[in-house]
Amino acid sequence: MSAFRITCLTAALAVIAAAAPAQTPAATVPSTPGADLGAMPPVMDQGIYAHAIFNQLEGRWNGSNTEFRWEGQGWAGTDYDKLWIKSEATVSQGAVEDGQDQFLYSRAITTYFDLQGGLRSDIDSRPTRNWAAFGIQGLAPYFFDLELTGFVSGEGHLAAKLEASYDLLLTQRLILQPQIELNIYSKADPVRLVGAGFSDIDTGLRLRYELSRKFAPYLGVVYQGKFGQTAIFARQAGETTGDFRFAFGVRVWF
Amino acid sequence: MNPSLPPLTRRRFIEGAAALGVLSFVPLPLRAAFAAPERAPVLSGTEFQLEIGPVPMNVTGRPMTATAINGQIPAPTLRWREGDTVTLAVTNRLSEPSSIHWHGVRTPAPMDGVPGLSFRGIPPGETFVYRFPVRQNGTYWYHSHSGFQEQTGVYGPIVIEPNGGYAQGFDRDYVLMLSDWTDESPETVVSNLKFQSDYYNYGQRTLGTFIDDAQRKGLAETVADRLEWGKMRMSPTDILDVSGAAYTYLINGQPPAANWTALFRPGERVRLRFINGSSMSIFDVRLEGLPMTVIQADGNDVMPVTADQFRIGVAETYDVIVQPTADRAYTIFAQAEDRTGYARGTLAPRAGMAAAIPPMDPRPMRTMTDMGMGGMEHGEMPGMELSPEDKKLQGSVGVDNVAMMPTERLNLAGEGFPAGRRVLTYADLRATRPGTDPRPPSREITLHLTGNMERFLWGFDGKKFSEAEPIVLQRGERVRFVLINDTMMEHPIHLHGLWSELENGHGEYRPYKHTINVKPGERLSYLVTADEPGRWAYHCHLLYHMETGMFREVRVL
Repeated sequence: MSAFRITCLTAALAVIAAAAPAQTPAATVPSTPGADLGAMPPVMDQGIYAHAIFNQLEGRWNGSNTEFRWEGQGWAGTDYDKLWIKSEATVSQGAVEDGQDQFLYSRAITTYFDLQGGLRSDIDSRPTRNWAAFGIQGLAPYFFDLELTGFVSGEGHLAAKLEASYDLLLTQRLILQPQIELNIYSKADPVRLVGAGFSDIDTGLRLRYELSRKFAPYLGVVYQGKFGQTAIFARQAGETTGDFRFAFGVRVWF
Repeated sequence: MNPSLPPLTRRRFIEGAAALGVLSFVPLPLRAAFAAPERAPVLSGTEFQLEIGPVPMNVTGRPMTATAINGQIPAPTLRWREGDTVTLAVTNRLSEPSSIHWHGVRTPAPMDGVPGLSFRGIPPGETFVYRFPVRQNGTYWYHSHSGFQEQTGVYGPIVIEPNGGYAQGFDRDYVLMLSDWTDESPETVVSNLKFQSDYYNYGQRTLGTFIDDAQRKGLAETVADRLEWGKMRMSPTDILDVSGAAYTYLINGQPPAANWTALFRPGERVRLRFINGSSMSIFDVRLEGLPMTVIQADGNDVMPVTADQFRIGVAETYDVIVQPTADRAYTIFAQAEDRTGYARGTLAPRAGMAAAIPPMDPRPMRTMTDMGMGGMEHGEMPGMELSPEDKKLQGSVGVDNVAMMPTERLNLAGEGFPAGRRVLTYADLRATRPGTDPRPPSREITLHLTGNMERFLWGFDGKKFSEAEPIVLQRGERVRFVLINDTMMEHPIHLHGLWSELENGHGEYRPYKHTINVKPGERLSYLVTADEPGRWAYHCHLLYHMETGMFREVRVL
């Protein structure tokens, strides 16, 4: 199951990345009488670009076992309008946890921020949940990368997710990145071990070396914590509520 | 941009050609339409056959395919005579449309060579015949105006001999065309910049520079400085968007190691015609130990002025005269503005000589003045208010900064020059004859040069070409263009078809230019007489700025 999903997602991201930066012709220039100016505008400033990045593609080791975790996103579109895929999940002892995929349309609304809307699907070893998603993504002052998304499920549950990271350049290629993800839910969903309120945090500190801009192996430490009702559910299920691990992986983009 | 190779193409290095100060690194052309190969490739006369096609190119050790005119990078120098009518048949052997624009040359609009404005371009396999009278003299250049062909090699010099003889005598005459070459495809370069705009910037602030600054300036000031830039989401290390991380810098098509050489006999007056045919690189040029007398800018004579160094924006030209008296070699040293590399050649009395290559100067840093905040100190905000129109730009998708206090700095050369060198400034340029149109301007057109570095999109007044209406001028109208550079990059702004008369304090002796390099945070103005009807391109000559939106049409009715 998990291998299949990874393959599918990787393939989807690869397709996005491989889509040639095709150009949408601008509105044709009004022609001067008698002059054949063709259909090509003098510059192609409405090009379509596509990229995909895995911020986390890593093993997480706690001394006895290793989880596999990915967190990635890809987009294709113009300066103003883009389609996004975001995907994350953790594979732990054969089970897929914390699976979350989003399919979004985004519109640039300010200098640094995009408005995003679309669907979120929690796909993992537990029952699937679907949400409508609405959020912002961009670069906050002081160079913090920020994603803030709100969700509404079919059952009327609300949720919110904050993701933030910062690149601290130790040298031109050695970069320390603190990263945090927080989740909040309005109502409990015991089958998915999700409690109401501030539910969990996934945070890490990764030190990467950019062999190239697009390929950077890293080492780091990560912490996954569960709180409140979510922690209670976790304990009842025999799971830990706070998990420190070493991480090793590669940050890669196309 | 991967045109298929015709099977006939051969590649050959012409060893020893440097002895005559000519290209020794270019592939042998497909055609023998120009002078003997041991001479500098020059085509002269009034009838020219040019062929744009793919050609093998190897600059870095990796065999690549370039696009070239008559198989050469740069293209052959075209030598015209003022007063002649020239006919140029340009054949496109690429698999995509192409074009040639005669940069700085005043032609009728249909001969200007901009696809979509002056004509439909030259489809693959077809020939377009350009024909126009040559009504000026000086140093110019020509290049493709299609896609990214300028980056991949379609550029060459133009020298127009004056029909009244040269104002300044000289014994030798060399063209030095500066350019930048990358093994990456231009499409990849621009795509990388769209995803990560500092992709090519390996000169950023780090923990190390923080510690250095804290030791030098104190911790509090260093933290305050970092916070000020961080709050704006700007980096003072943004100098050039594409750096030596991708580029090899060339003189007449040759990388530094090939040491392109021009010969002189001690005591001779040597004219050097510098042309910046780069796509994205602004250069600081000097001849170590040899002062230069600048005699021409953008093809127009200026009162001779002595300088040790000049900054040349993309698409600008400067002609200088040097008179070396010693029997020694001099390094021609053109550092990229961000100091990530240099083009290098040699001026020598004999072939095979070389002088020491000087170390590069310290990398410049942007300042609050470059951000259009005048001389404001940290945190100090005078009671300045932006106009309502300027306020509308603030925070929009295409604009990451609006200059609060743009400053005219024509008497300054810019950042990055060590003290003690005489560096040419725009204020030094004084025409040798008064302008031809003494009328005052009847109106002003103010344009902000804007951009969003993070998203890597550029424009005028916050709009890309595709979002903007043409600027309309009436035929014969005299107008003042005022440019305010809101961004933290230089923008060499090129107006096709009409002269840009820079208002630099010399009254009617203002210099006529075709490309004006506007410094970050600068406000400047120039006068334009709309004496040639048609649809003209008006754009930043940094290729990736132009292609991502910094382009307008100027329509003369």
